[in-house]
This record gives sequence, C-alpha cells and structure tokens, in this order.
Amino acid sequence: MIEVKDVYFTYPSGVEALRGVSLTIKNGEFVAIMGQNGAGKTTLVKHFNGLLKPTKGEVLVDEVSTRDVSVAKLARKVGFVFQNPDHQLFSETVEEEIAFALRNFGFKETVTKRRVTWALNLLGLTGYRQTSPFMLSGGERKRVALASVLAWNPKVVMLDEPTIGQDHQQKEKLRQFIVQMNAQRKTVVIVTHDVEFVAECNPRVMLMSEGKIVADGEAKKILTDTKLVTLASIVPPQITQIFLELADLGLPTDLIDVYEARKTLLDHLEGKTPT
Amino acid sequence: MAIIETTNLAYTYPGGSKPSIRDVSIAIEKGDFVILTGPSGCGKTTLCRCFNGLIPHFYSGKLEGELTVAGVKIVDHPIYEIAKRVGLVFQNPENQLFALSAEKDVAFGLENLGMPRDEIRKRVDWALQMTGIEDLRERAPHELSGGQQQRVAIACVLAMQPDVMVLDEPTSFLDPLGAKKIFEVINELNGKLGITVILVEHRLDLASKYANHVIIMDEGKVVLDGEPREVFNSETARLIGVGIPKATRLWQMLREDGIRLKEAPVSSEEAAKLLRGVLKT
Repeated sequence: MIEVKDVYFTYPSGVEALRGVSLTIKNGEFVAIMGQNGAGKTTLVKHFNGLLKPTKGEVLVDEVSTRDVSVAKLARKVGFVFQNPDHQLFSETVEEEIAFALRNFGFKETVTKRRVTWALNLLGLTGYRQTSPFMLSGGERKRVALASVLAWNPKVVMLDEPTIGQDHQQKEKLRQFIVQMNAQRKTVVIVTHDVEFVAECNPRVMLMSEGKIVADGEAKKILTDTKLVTLASIVPPQITQIFLELADLGLPTDLIDVYEARKTLLDHLEGKTPT
Repeated sequence: MAIIETTNLAYTYPGGSKPSIRDVSIAIEKGDFVILTGPSGCGKTTLCRCFNGLIPHFYSGKLEGELTVAGVKIVDHPIYEIAKRVGLVFQNPENQLFALSAEKDVAFGLENLGMPRDEIRKRVDWALQMTGIEDLRERAPHELSGGQQQRVAIACVLAMQPDVMVLDEPTSFLDPLGAKKIFEVINELNGKLGITVILVEHRLDLASKYANHVIIMDEGKVVLDGEPREVFNSETARLIGVGIPKATRLWQMLREDGIRLKEAPVSSEEAAKLLRGVLKT
C-alpha cells in the first residue's frame, strides 16, 4: 500500500512541483496519473520508490516512511520504468541489461538466467537476446526497459508514459499484460497522456494540475467531464467527443468505450417507435 | 505533379541480412498531408531517411530502385542540398536542439548554408512567427516545455523553407492539448504555405482529420496507399492491426448491426454528423 500524506516538494531550482498531495493506493490497484506537461506527475511517482523525498509531508510504502529505507531496498518492492528508455539502458546486450538488476539484488545465477529468459519471452524480445539495446527501435527499447524491471518481480510496477512510440498491437499487448499483473494482485501505476489507452483500460484516474490532485475516480467519470479534462490539458476520448456533440439528442455523454457506444446507439434506435 | 516519387525502392542497412524496405512505389503530390503509419519496425523511419537523403549519403548499405524529390534524384545530390528541400523533425526535440537560445537554434541551419545575415534574420523572425513562439526567442531550449521545444524544432526546419516537411511522431511526448496545437501548426503550414507534410504517427484518433493521404506499411512494404477513409476502412488495415480512429471503428461495428451510415468517418465531428442523421429520422 502506498500512502501519500500532504506532500510538498520543491526542486533545488526553486520550482514547487508538488503542493499538498494526499492519496492512498491499495495493493492490486491499477491507477493512471494524468495531467499536462509539468503538472508534477513524474515528480509524484518518483516519491513512491524514494527517488525523491518530500520537502514536507510523508510517503509510506507498506507503512514504512520512504525516509527510513534506502532506495535500493525500496526498488525491490517498487519498480520504475522511465519515460525515456535511454535514461535507463546502458548494457551491451539486451540479456545483460535485464540480468543487471537481478545480480545487484543478489539473485543466484541460475535464478537470474531463468528470470531473464522469462522476461524476454514475456515481452517478445527473445530474438534480441544478444543485440545491443541501442540497435533497437524506440518502441523495442521501451520494452527492454520494462522487461528489466519486471524480471525482479516487484510488488508495485510504475510505468512513466509506457505507450509512447508503441504501435496499436504493442499497446494492446501492454493492456492485456497490465490486466494480467493486476490479476496477480500487483499494483500498477502508469503516468500517461494517452487518453485512448486509458479509455480502453478503464483504471482509476488521478488528474493532476499545477502540483495538486484535482480529481480522483473512475476513468469513465473523469475523462467525460469536459471541465476537468480542459483543466488537465487533455482531450476526451474520440468516442466521448462524438457523444458530446450529440448531447442535445438526449443521449448519455459519459461513454469512453466503442462497445459501450455501440450498445447505447442500438438501444436508442430500438427504443424508438418504427415509422 | 508528384513532389516525391519512388519506384521499386528497396534498402538494406549495412550488415543487414534482408531489406528494411522493399518494392516501395509511391507518389506524393505537392501539398499533400500524408500520414505514414504501420506496426513498429515496418520501415517507416527508414523510408523517411530516404526522403531527406540520410539514406544513402549518411547510412551506407544498399539502395535500389528510383527516388526523386522535387524533381531531383536524391542519390545524385549531397545532403546539404537536399536539406533545403526536405526538412526532418525528430520525435524527441531534445535530440535536435542544442543552442543557448531558441533564436540561435533556428538560425543554425541557415548559417551553415552561408546565407547573408539579413536574410537569416528575416527567415528566423518569420519561422518564429509562423510557429507562434516569437516570445520565446531568447529562451534556452532546455528551459522550455516539451510542446514549446517541439515548436522550436519545427521552426528550425521551417526556416529552411523546405518543400517537404517530414515529422517522425512529433507529438508523442506532449499532452493531448499540446499535441493538438502542434498538429494545428503543421496543418496551417500545409494549408497556407503549401508545404507537403509527411507525418509518421500511431495516434490516428488525433491526427487523421488533417490528412488527405494515408500510407500504411507492413514488413517493409507499402500495403495501403490512398484516401484516409478508404484506407482506414479496409480489411487489410484491420488485419495488420493498425489502430484506426475509434469513429471509423464505431461505424464498422454499427454496419455489422445493419445500421448503414454513408461514408466512413475519420473524426468525431464526421461521426456525430452521420449519427445525427440516423437518430433524428
């Protein structure tokens, strides 16, 4: 469980990135943190694994303050996949990259080998075992970064902008994968701008603006609230936009999903008396 | 007249065992707004590197077939000449900007061409104005937000007054409103100045409404090439797993249910208009 209690954070440059954030994320939850560039999203999640410590307030992971535990120890529990894989990758081969953290955590070599193979397989990277991460495409490098974190099986997985540079099929795989991790009671936290991806996943959404959380709830409620989305510099999903344009016809506007949209339209058309 | 024309273009990277693109025969008309999409690794970026001469002048390897841009055979001209005709905007502006002020970044390409000072000044002012960042001219790029940085990167390319602008996922690091603003800037440059735009993009929900031409690649080949609504609505697009706009998808699903709306929509506005017709009768 992650508890954030009235956290303020100011960077050494004087930029006040978090201004009184409080929230609780329970084990096994799937949360998407959204909001405009510079709203404080990445700063917030860096508090979850202790990379940053609050200037004021407190962050507890499983009831222990992040001030009282080393980042290395916390990392075992809370894995973080950076937005830009190039900030994370450095090894000569994909295999080495994934094995690195495992060896650091002191896993036995046999276990390390098994886990590397498992992670490569999971993310469709088996063919790249001996390839340099820097020879891969942007989307593939992102998957290597994800594999290297999943390999040590952290309880909480945080992904900063996981869909950037990923094509539709990769996104669909990622979605299924998150659902699967969730089913295993893993906590998944993503930071994202990708409204369509969130619409397909329907997680709990926390909306940030200027260092504060301005909304917290079901994706369906938040992404269809035009005032909130404007505040957070996002645009509603395309399905929502269609229904917002048709609002005067008495149709609901809180739809984000294409299947839901189809059903609503069919019901509406059937309900009418035939002419 | 086609501004970009390729015939049976194929390219293999040095040491590559098979071509990254092959049998590419396309024609892009002057003033087109093209979306180039397809699964990762399908050859989109490789094709873009051919358009501005990075292939074959920077990347060696084996290039076969024909490629002309603005009537010029790319193979016969050095990169610095092609750069005047074809500008490339990267996915991540951090990889493109390096100067101490936005203004200096925009001037850099022109200085390299040895252009007279007055002309440079004029072009820089114009490019900053067209991209709506005149007030940022003195600011260092690293102080700017992602959206502002991307506009500086576009201004850098625009200042060269290219015939063609190639943008490789230029908005993927931006929030949706920031992305929308960038698409609008690109759309304006296309409409007002007639610059041919080639936009590499996965997020078709956001970008489709601006395009008049869509090219979809898969495994190094062009598999679909035509009008957006025809392309997105084709069976092939579905099979490759291109993330077609949700508006188009909804139209297809309703069609399976026997609700026949006229031509397939590519934007929410179009879909709403079609649905309004059915819901009202």
